[in-house]
Amino acid sequence: MAHKEPQIIVLPPDQAKIKKLWKVAFILLLVTVIEFIIAFTLPHGPAKTSLFVFLTIVKAGYIVGEFMHLKYEVKVLFWGVLIPMIFVVWMLVTFVYEGSQIVPL
Amino acid sequence: MDHSTAAVTHDKSVWDGGASPMGMSYGKLMMWFFLMSDAFTFSGLLITYGLVRSANPAFEGAAEAFQFATTHWPIPEKVFEAVPFLHGIQLPLVFVGFMTFVLIMSSVTMVLAVEAGHRMDRAAVEKWMLWTLVGGITFLSCQAWEWTHFIIGSETPTLMKVFSAKLGNWEEVKVFGANLQVNQYGPPAFADFFFFITGFHGFHVFTGVLFNFLIFYNAVTGVYDRRGHYEMVEKVGLYWHFVDLVWVFVFTFFYLV
Repeated sequence: MAHKEPQIIVLPPDQAKIKKLWKVAFILLLVTVIEFIIAFTLPHGPAKTSLFVFLTIVKAGYIVGEFMHLKYEVKVLFWGVLIPMIFVVWMLVTFVYEGSQIVPL
Repeated sequence: MDHSTAAVTHDKSVWDGGASPMGMSYGKLMMWFFLMSDAFTFSGLLITYGLVRSANPAFEGAAEAFQFATTHWPIPEKVFEAVPFLHGIQLPLVFVGFMTFVLIMSSVTMVLAVEAGHRMDRAAVEKWMLWTLVGGITFLSCQAWEWTHFIIGSETPTLMKVFSAKLGNWEEVKVFGANLQVNQYGPPAFADFFFFITGFHGFHVFTGVLFNFLIFYNAVTGVYDRRGHYEMVEKVGLYWHFVDLVWVFVFTFFYLV
C-alpha cells in the first residue's frame, strides 16, 4: 500500500499578528537602548539600580506576556506562574540586605 | 482509524480527564513546569551573586579613578569593555549589548516560526527556524570570545596579594585574566560568578540550539506535516524565549548594576 501524504492547507500569514510581534521586538530593543543611555549618564546609586530593575521587569513582561503567550492563557496558569515569582523578589531583597550586614570579608 | 484514541476522551467528564488542565496540552504545560523550576535555579544563582556582591565593599570614589583590586567589587563596565577586532579601544558594554540584540532578534524569529506553524506553513517555519539557529550560534560564538578574553586578560596585569600554598605565605604577584582561584578584576568570587552564571546560561543556549536544530530538521523532513500540527515548535519556542528572558536578567544584574 503506497504511503499517502496528508492534505495540508496552508493559511495566509496573519499580518496584524506579525506586525504586533515586530512592535514588541522594537519595544524590547528600545528599552535596551534606554538602559544603555542610563548606564553612562546617571551616577551609580540606589536610584539607578531601581530604574534598571524596573526596566528589566518591563522587558520580562513583554517577553513572557507576548512572546511566551502567557497573557492570553487561562488566568489560573497566568497567576500560577506569576505569584511564585513574588517570593523570588522577596528573597532577592532579603539576601542583598543580609549581604550588606555581613562584616567585610 | 488512526485518530480513534483522541475521540474517546470527548466522552469523559472533566473530572475523568476529559479536559486538559489550564486549557493547555500536556507537553506545553510540562514545559511551563520545567521553566518554573529553571527560573528558580537561575534566581538562586543571581540572588547569591547579589548577596556576595553586597557583602563586598563597593569602589568608593570617581569612576575615572577606578582600579582593579581584591579589596572592592569591580565596576562591570570597567571589566567588559573590549570588542573583537578593536583592540585597545575602550568600548564599555558594547559587545554585550550586541549579544543582547542578537538574542532578542532570535527570539523574534522564533515567535515568527511559531506563528508560521499555526498556519501549517512549512516553508516559513523552515525559514524562521534557520534564522533562529543563526542567532543562537552567533550568540554562542560571541560568548566564546567573551570568555576567552576574560580568561586571558589584557596586557596590563593587576598586582595582587595571593596566598602561596607552596611557600606558605602571601606574596605579591602579577595576575593576568581570570580563573576560579584568582582574577585580575577583583575578588575571586567575581570571576567565579561570571563563569557559573554566564556559563549556566550559555549551556542553556547551547541545548536550545540543539533543540532548535531538531525542530528545523523535523520540519524539513515533513514530520509535523504528517503529524498534522506544529506544536513542537511552540514547546521549544517557550524554552528559547525563556533563555532570552534569563539573559535579560543576567544583563541587568551582572553587566549593568
